[in-house]
Amino acid sequence: MKYVLGVIPFVAVIFGIINGKSSEMSAAVLDSATDAVTLALSLCGVMCLWSGLMKVAEQAGLVDKLSRLLSPVISLLFKGVGKGSRAAQLIAMNLTANLLGLGNASTPLGISAMQELSTSENAGDTATDNMVMLTVLNTASLQIIPTTAAALRASLGAQRPMEILPCVWIVSVYAVVVAVAAAKLLSYIGRRRKRNGNN
Amino acid sequence: MAITDLVVPCIVAFILLYGLIKRVDVFSVFCEGASEGLRTCADILPALVLLLTFIGMLRASGAIESLTEMLEPLCSAVGFPAECMPMVLLRPFSGSGAIAVYNEIASDSGVDSFAGRVAAVLLGSSETTFYTIAVYFSAVRVRKTRHAVPAALTADLTAWLVAGIVVTVFFGSF
Repeated sequence: MKYVLGVIPFVAVIFGIINGKSSEMSAAVLDSATDAVTLALSLCGVMCLWSGLMKVAEQAGLVDKLSRLLSPVISLLFKGVGKGSRAAQLIAMNLTANLLGLGNASTPLGISAMQELSTSENAGDTATDNMVMLTVLNTASLQIIPTTAAALRASLGAQRPMEILPCVWIVSVYAVVVAVAAAKLLSYIGRRRKRNGNN
Repeated sequence: MAITDLVVPCIVAFILLYGLIKRVDVFSVFCEGASEGLRTCADILPALVLLLTFIGMLRASGAIESLTEMLEPLCSAVGFPAECMPMVLLRPFSGSGAIAVYNEIASDSGVDSFAGRVAAVLLGSSETTFYTIAVYFSAVRVRKTRHAVPAALTADLTAWLVAGIVVTVFFGSF
C-alpha cells in the first residue's frame, strides 16, 4: 500500500503536465480534502444507526442464535473441525458477525478462530486448508444489508437507495461460491502435485 | 421493487422488538453501539482525506480517463461500464479508497445510472481482500498462505463481470 501511495500522485502529476491540466489538478487537491469530510459526515448517520441496532441484536442473543443455524454449513466446509468445538463456535460467530455487518466484532472473532485453528491443527508458518477457507470466506463479503453502499447512495440522492439489494446478494453469493470452490480445487491440485512429486 | 423498500424498516423494527422481548436496555445499548459507529467514522476520515485527494488529482490529470478509454473495448464487449474499472482495481486494496472511487463514479455518472448502480453493487458485495488476508494470517504468524490469495482473487476478478450482468438484468444498461 505504501508504494501505491507514492506512485499515485506522481502518475497524476505526469499525466496532468502531458494533458495540460495543472490548474484543474491544483483545484482538485483542495476540493477533494473538503469532499472527504462531507463524505465521512454523510456516512456517519447510517453507520451510527446500524452499529447501535447491531449492538442491540448482539445483547439480545440474536448473534448466538444465528451462529447456531450456521453450524451445519461449517461442518460441511471445514474438514476435521468438530461440531461444538471451540474453533467451530468462533468460526460461526465470525461468519454471523459478517452477515450482520458487525465489522468491529467480526475481525477479532476471525482472528481468534485463526489462532484456534493454528494451535489445534499445528500449523506452524504454513496455512492449513481450514485457515485458507476461513480467510477466503472473510474476503468474500457476506453481508445481508450493504449499509455503506446504501448510505452513500442515499447521500447522493438515489431514489431508492436499497433497490440494489437483490443485485448485491446475487453477486455476494456468487463470490462466496467461487471463492469456496477455488479454495477446495486449489487445495486438491496442490495435494496431488505434492504426492506426485514425492513418488 | 417495493419489497426492497421494506427490508430495512422491517429489520430495524424486528431487532428493536426482539431486544425489548429479551429485556435488553434497548436505548442505552443502542447509544453505546452508535457511539462505536461514530468512532469508526472518525477513524476512516484521515484515510479518506488522503485517498480522495489522490483520486481527485488522478481524475483532474486525465489519468483515469485514459485508463477508462484503454479498457473500454474489453468492457463494452462484456457489457460492463468502463467507468467502474477503477473501482474493480482498487477495491481489493483499500476500503476507504473504494468509498472514494464510488463517490467519484456516482457523482460523475449519476447514482441511478448504469455505472452508478454497478459501482454500488461492487462496493456492497466485495471486501478489502489483501487487507483481510494480511490481518488474518499475520495474527497467527503464517507466512506461507498457499492458495488463499489465488482463491480470493478468482472470486474478486470475476465478480465484476457478474455485477455488470446482474444490474443489466434488474435495471437495464443505461
